[in-house]
Parts: sequence; C-alpha cells; structure tokens
Amino acid sequence: MLDSTMIELSRWQFAATAMYHFLFVPLTLGLSWMLVIMESVYVMTGREIYKDMTKFWGKLFGINFALGVTTGLTMEFQFGTNWSYYSHYVGDVFGAPLAIEGLMAFFLESTFIGLFFLGWERLSKRQHLMVTFLTAIGSNLSAMWILIANGWMQYPVGAEFSYETMRMEMQSFYEVMFNPVAQVKFVHTVAAGYVTAAMFVAGISAWYMLKGRDLAFAKRSFSVAMGFGLASILSVILLGDESGYEVGDVQKVKLAAIEAEWHTAEAPAGFTIFGLPSNEDEETHMAVKVPWALGLIATRSLDEEVVGLKDLMREHEVRIRSGMIAYEYLQRLRNGEDNAHNRGTFEDHMDDLGYGLLLKKYTDNPAEATEEQIQLAVKDSIPEVAPLFWTFRVMVAAGFWMLLLFVLGFYFNATRRIQDKRWLLRAFLYSIPVPWIAAETGWFVAEFGRQPWAIGEVLPTSVAASSLTAGDLMFSLSAFVIFYTALFAIEMFLMFKFARQGPSSLHSGRYYHERQAQRLADGDAAQGAGPAPSSSPAQQRGD
Amino acid sequence: MILDYEILKFVWWLLVGVLFIGFAVTDGMDMGVGTLLPFLGKNDAERRVIINTVGPHWDGNQVWLITAGGAIFAAWPLVYGAAFSGFYFAMLLALFALFFRPVGFDYRSKIENKAWRNAWDWGLFIGGAVPALVFGIAFGNLLQGVPFHLDELLRPYYTGSFFALLNPFALLAGLISLSMLTLHGAIWLQLRTGEPIASRAKQWAKVTGLATIIGFALAGLWLTFFVDGFRVVSMPPTDAIPNPLTKEVVIEPFAWLANYGRYPWTLLFPIVGFAGLGYAVSLSMQDRAGLGLIMSGVGITGVIMTAGAAMFPFIMPSSTNPGSSLIAWDATSSHLTLTVMFWAAVIFIPIILAYTTWTYARMWRRITVEEIEAQDKLAY
Repeated sequence: MLDSTMIELSRWQFAATAMYHFLFVPLTLGLSWMLVIMESVYVMTGREIYKDMTKFWGKLFGINFALGVTTGLTMEFQFGTNWSYYSHYVGDVFGAPLAIEGLMAFFLESTFIGLFFLGWERLSKRQHLMVTFLTAIGSNLSAMWILIANGWMQYPVGAEFSYETMRMEMQSFYEVMFNPVAQVKFVHTVAAGYVTAAMFVAGISAWYMLKGRDLAFAKRSFSVAMGFGLASILSVILLGDESGYEVGDVQKVKLAAIEAEWHTAEAPAGFTIFGLPSNEDEETHMAVKVPWALGLIATRSLDEEVVGLKDLMREHEVRIRSGMIAYEYLQRLRNGEDNAHNRGTFEDHMDDLGYGLLLKKYTDNPAEATEEQIQLAVKDSIPEVAPLFWTFRVMVAAGFWMLLLFVLGFYFNATRRIQDKRWLLRAFLYSIPVPWIAAETGWFVAEFGRQPWAIGEVLPTSVAASSLTAGDLMFSLSAFVIFYTALFAIEMFLMFKFARQGPSSLHSGRYYHERQAQRLADGDAAQGAGPAPSSSPAQQRGD
Repeated sequence: MILDYEILKFVWWLLVGVLFIGFAVTDGMDMGVGTLLPFLGKNDAERRVIINTVGPHWDGNQVWLITAGGAIFAAWPLVYGAAFSGFYFAMLLALFALFFRPVGFDYRSKIENKAWRNAWDWGLFIGGAVPALVFGIAFGNLLQGVPFHLDELLRPYYTGSFFALLNPFALLAGLISLSMLTLHGAIWLQLRTGEPIASRAKQWAKVTGLATIIGFALAGLWLTFFVDGFRVVSMPPTDAIPNPLTKEVVIEPFAWLANYGRYPWTLLFPIVGFAGLGYAVSLSMQDRAGLGLIMSGVGITGVIMTAGAAMFPFIMPSSTNPGSSLIAWDATSSHLTLTVMFWAAVIFIPIILAYTTWTYARMWRRITVEEIEAQDKLAY
C-alpha cells in the first residue's frame, strides 16, 4: 500500500500545478486568434493602427505565453515523476496523443512564436501574418491533442487491459482520437479560451476609454473583442461540456454529483438551484429545485432520466465484488497459472478490475478484502459532492454574467454608444478575472468530478501515484509554491505595467503617454530619446 | 501493420536517439549560449546580442526535449515512469532550472533596470548550465545501472538517493555534457555575433572543445576498466509481448564493450565523436565557424551514439535487481502504438525540419551591438 499522505500531497501538487498552468493557457488559445484577426485587417487595409494593435496585444500575449510554456513543462515531467504507475499502466494509450501533440502542434506553435515577436523587420507582411496564423493553429491543435488525452482519462475508449503486459493497450487509435468526450471537451475548452481573450481585450480597452486615452486604438480593439467574444460565449454555453455526460459511468457520476442528485428522479429531473449536499448523510439538505431544468440541461430531452448517486453506488458495489474476482484471477495468471479456466474467468470480470483496485487503498490484496473494506470502497466510488455542486454553479453563473456583458457590449458598440455607457465599461474592466474563475472552476468540476479515478473505471488515483514518500512531496510541493508565487508576482507586475502604458509601450510616438511627454517637452530642444513619430498624431485620432 | 514488432522496437530505440540528438544540437546549443551569457557579454548591449541570436529559436528548439519526453512516455512507458520518479529530485532540479528560460528570454529586456536584467542573465545561465549538467549526470548513472526494481504488478521502486546520483563517474558525464553543449553554443555565437563577442566565443570554443575531448576519452577509459556493464543471458524472443520480468541479466566487467566487439562498425561512433569535436575546434580556430557548427553537431551525435551503442539493448539497467532492467525489447509499448507513433514521426519530423530551416534562414544574420542599439524596442 502506498502512503496515503503522499498520495494526498501528490494530488495537491498535480491540482495546484495544473490549475496554475491553466491560468495562462486560455488566454493563449484565444488571443492568438484575435491577433490573427487584427493582423489580417492590417494586411488587407494597410492601416498602421491594426499593426499597432497586433503588436501591443501581442506584447501582452508574450508575457502570458512565457508562463504558459514554463508551467507546461511541469505538466509533462509530472506524469513521470509523480504518477509513474499511471505512466506504466496507460502510457501505451495516453502517451501517444501527448507525443503527437509535440510533433504536430507544439513544434509548430513554438517555432513560429519567436518569429511573431522578432520577425517584424525580417518578414514581408504576408509572411508575418502566416507566422501569426501558424502560431494560433499550433496552439489550438495542441489543445486538441491534450484534450484527446484528457478525454480518454474521463472515458477510456479504444483500449483494453492486457494481463500479460499488466497495462492498458490501445486497440483503436481512431476511437481514441474521435472519443465523443474529447470532442465536446475540445470545443468547450477552446471556446472558453476565446471568451477569456475577448474579456481580457475588452476589459483593458474599456479602461482606456474610461480614461479617455488612445480612443481610436481602444475602440477598434473593443470591437474585435465584442464580435469574437459574443460568438465564443454563445458556443461555450450552447456547446457545454455536459453534452458529453451521457457516456460512461464516470460522466454519469459527475453529472449526478454536480446536481447533488442522490436518488434517481423521474424524467425530466429538476435542477437544484440551491442546496447543502452531504456525502455523509447521502442527502442534499435545503434543496431548492427548478422543475424540468436538469433533465433538459443534462440529457437534452424530456424523457431520459438522470441516475442518482445512490443507485450508481449500488451498481459500483456489484462491480467492486466482481473486480475482486478479476484481481484474484489476474494474480493467478501473473503467477504463471495460464490456463483456459483462469483466462476465461479473468476475462469475464476484467472490465471490473479497476473497481477491484479501489480496494488497494485499504488492503494489499483486494481479492481478500473484508466486508468493511468493500463498504469503504463503495463510499469512495463517488467524489465529494459539495465542492462539485458549488464550483459548477460558480462556473455557470460566470458564464451567464459574461453572456450578458457581451450582449450589451455588442449592442452598444454596434450602435456606437459604448463610450457613453461608463457603467458597462466599468463592468467590463472589473470582470476581467471572471473568465479565469469560470475556466478554473470548470476544470475543477471536470477533474475532481472524475475522482476516485485517474482513468475512469480503470485506474484509481490512489494506485496511480509513484512510490515516493510524503517528505519528498512536501519538499517538491513547497518548491512549486515558492517558485510559482514568485513567477506569478513577476508576471502580474509586467502585465499591469504594460497594460497601463497601453500602445505607448510600442514607442511609436503616436500614443497617449508619449504625446503627453512630447507636449510637456514642447520647445525643449533636448527632446528626442525615442524614434520620431512616423505619422502625425492627428491622422491617427480620427475614427 | 506493415512493420514487424521486432523492427519497430528497434526503430523506436533509434527514433528516441534521433530526438535526443535533435535536442542536443538545437536546444543544447541554446543551453550552451545561456551558459556563456554572463561571461561573454561584458555589458547589457553585448548580452542582448547574445540573447537575440537564439531569441527567435530557443522555444522551438526546446520542443525537441519535450517531444523526446513525450516519445519516451508513448514508446517506453515503463522507462518514463521508472526514470522520472527514480531521479525525482534530479528531474525537478532540471525542471526548475528550465523555468528560468521562457521568462528569462521574454521578460529580461522588458524593463530597463540593471539589477533586473542582471538577475535574468544569471537565470538564463542556470537554465542553460543546470539541465545540461543534470542530463549528463543522468546518463552517467544509466551507464552504471540504477538502484530500482519492479514488483509483480510492474510498479517501479527506486531505492537509491539523490546524492548517490552525484558519484564521480556521473559527475564526469555531467561535465562532458556541459562542456560539449557549451562548445556548440560558443561556435554558434562565433558565427552569429559581431566583435568583440565572436573572438571571445572562439576562445571559449577552444577551451570547452578540448575539455570535452579529454573528458570523453577519460570517460571511455573509466567505463572500460572500472565500470561493470550489463549483459542479457537469456530472454524471450525479441518480437514477444513485452514483459521485463522474464529475462536473466548479469553484471560483469567489459560487458559495455561487447557490442563493439560483435559489430566492429559501431566503433565509428566514438571515432566520429572525437573527429567531429576535434575538427570543430580546429575550424573554429580558422574562423570557419559555419562548418565548425556542423562539425560540433556531428561530434555530439557521435558522443551520444557511443553511449547508446555501448548500452544497447539496455535503456535503464538495474544495479540492485538486474532482472528488472528495462531494455529495448521488453520495455516498449504495444505493436499498434509503436506503429501509430512511427507514422506520426515519419510524417512530422521532415515537416518540422523544413519549417525550422525556413525560420533560421529568415532570421540569419550576424547580430551586432549597433543593430541592438538601433532596434532597442524590437529585440529581446
């Protein structure tokens, strides 16, 4: 048995580093496309302001991207360092999309990102636009392969356990690639990234408008954000992740947990808008329900039922007992007693082997687990409900809040009244963190909701960890916290600094702060540290 | 399945080698540049020249390392798990050092402050030198065998300590790796920077080149006479379903030389290693850094292949339970996964090489202090 404190700390470390990594990913996914849009307009119209927009938002993109790369390294290392049994057990399937991500996507994104920043003077307009486009395509393809890998953790299709190699082996690459869970995850996740970028650009542009500076620049940026953001938020909400919750036991459990549905209710189920779920009592106290809503959200129909957690746990108990038999026969097969009877019995129970492994937390030999241990494992077979219930609601609320903002923003922007709606501009500014809240709570729901599994119904998290000690983990987790906190402080410092400077940070001489400085220096011959403005300020103001 | 399982197992041993060599000659070069940064650049402008030679490329180059890691995960899952968890603190040390690079390159010149920039320069030094050292040390430990075993369910257990990794032979391997990559970085800088940096780089190329050659020779002798190798006594057929617990392995003197005796043509690898490194230094001295850079790449390839050929088919030998050793025949993924991955590699590696070449070509020039000063806000 592995040390339970070590497992707990390994989970904390993975959760902390993964959620931290995802602070930077969504902005990259979305902003890369917004840069493509801005630069395309520049290439098509030849108007310098769109080049400045590409460069300025590209600068902020770069500050964010650097930490995305940094923290992404951790993610790759960590499967091996902290989840070595996981690596062995599913590497045959899970490793492939990760490696292909490197070859197909990450190489593309990373090779061209350098030219995006440093190639302005050395590439033609069209070449540079192509570079920006390839960076965007690369980062989005990268997300696709990672989500194929993650989708497989949620719903492991196209693979089968082999007792000879003691691991999951790929049976169909096609099924792994076109996993329905991965598909919806991809759409939902990248669209959420687009929303994040739109909110980011809109919020900062709103601030410039509130301050009354660089209006031409801010309004154009805001317009791009409104079109891109409204389309994206509609996709996020309409193509919600739940549409993938119909397949696989893990997804069913997750759905029931999100809704704190302990009992299977008649279709269409009601949506619990408030409640205090308790795993202990297997009950949701003080539940307030909206009739029909859950059935509609979850199953997109009025006659399919949402199975309750208690019923799911009853199913799990049966499967745990079957898994004990699978484990017993697996041991026989591994000990060389390879005959038709042992193989046949094992194969009959093989699909429940993962459930048998849930007992590993309590005994070295699940085949001989006691009744008490079985009951503990049954309790473990569903995640903690309350955190899922609440984070899901936070995510949904954040999503609808942003929908409202984008609808209003789009409308007032289209009717050219946005500048007078200071309350709305302020709402955009203060809502900059909202997409991050939605993304982080969303991932929490997806991953915490998968517990107790590392790979749904196949490999429990408690079995997946490396054979390390709690001391090792305390040391490494502390190191991550210290490093990541320092990096975060530095990143935020730069982000705020450049966002405050705005397009003046491009040193073109055309924007607010530099013009202010110039005005102050009027008549002063010593002026001239920066390059001369290449076009007159007046030309840039009109819109 | 057009290709036999046996052939694919061997091809994947080669492909992982290709990815590591790709890493060493591209990102390894950037690590060499990072290592040299605080010493070759005497002032801010000079340091920016150095940084900007690799500025557009380091990120793409780093993906060789990431893809090599991903390929090990997919092709040798057990090696990935056993090595990364066994070398836990060494891996984290390399990882934390690597953190300094993305932020170092991107953030350094964003603020005009001497202390800020100086701090990031040392960060880039750490991000270059520490991983170069750690990867060499890891290789040195693989050659001596790693204290680990597998239980009946194939869970790896590492029984050594972090400090045991820092033994003399492994440290020598670490220094070879560091000096080899620094040589490569120095020749790159000689080729891509103006004076006075180029001349300083040339001096460093001479010193690190000779150090690498001497270190490589020393390690060869050390390995021959003082490091016992591993030999497979018996194992299932090479195309069998992988099971690393069904073979017999012994530890004995001179076992790492066996492949060189059996296939004498493999002696070309150490020869190419010495010749490439030596020729690289000589070309650098004659100010022919372009060909010199290619030659140091050839030398690096020779050095890596020398170690690989000595160990084949071993990937991660176990010193405490030799039967648990992971070898190219029994630590691999399934036939299907190796096939899928093979085609992915065959399709994408040439594409990657093509567009990477294009980016180098577009950005190719000798960078000078004057250029950096003229493009103050555009460069890193």
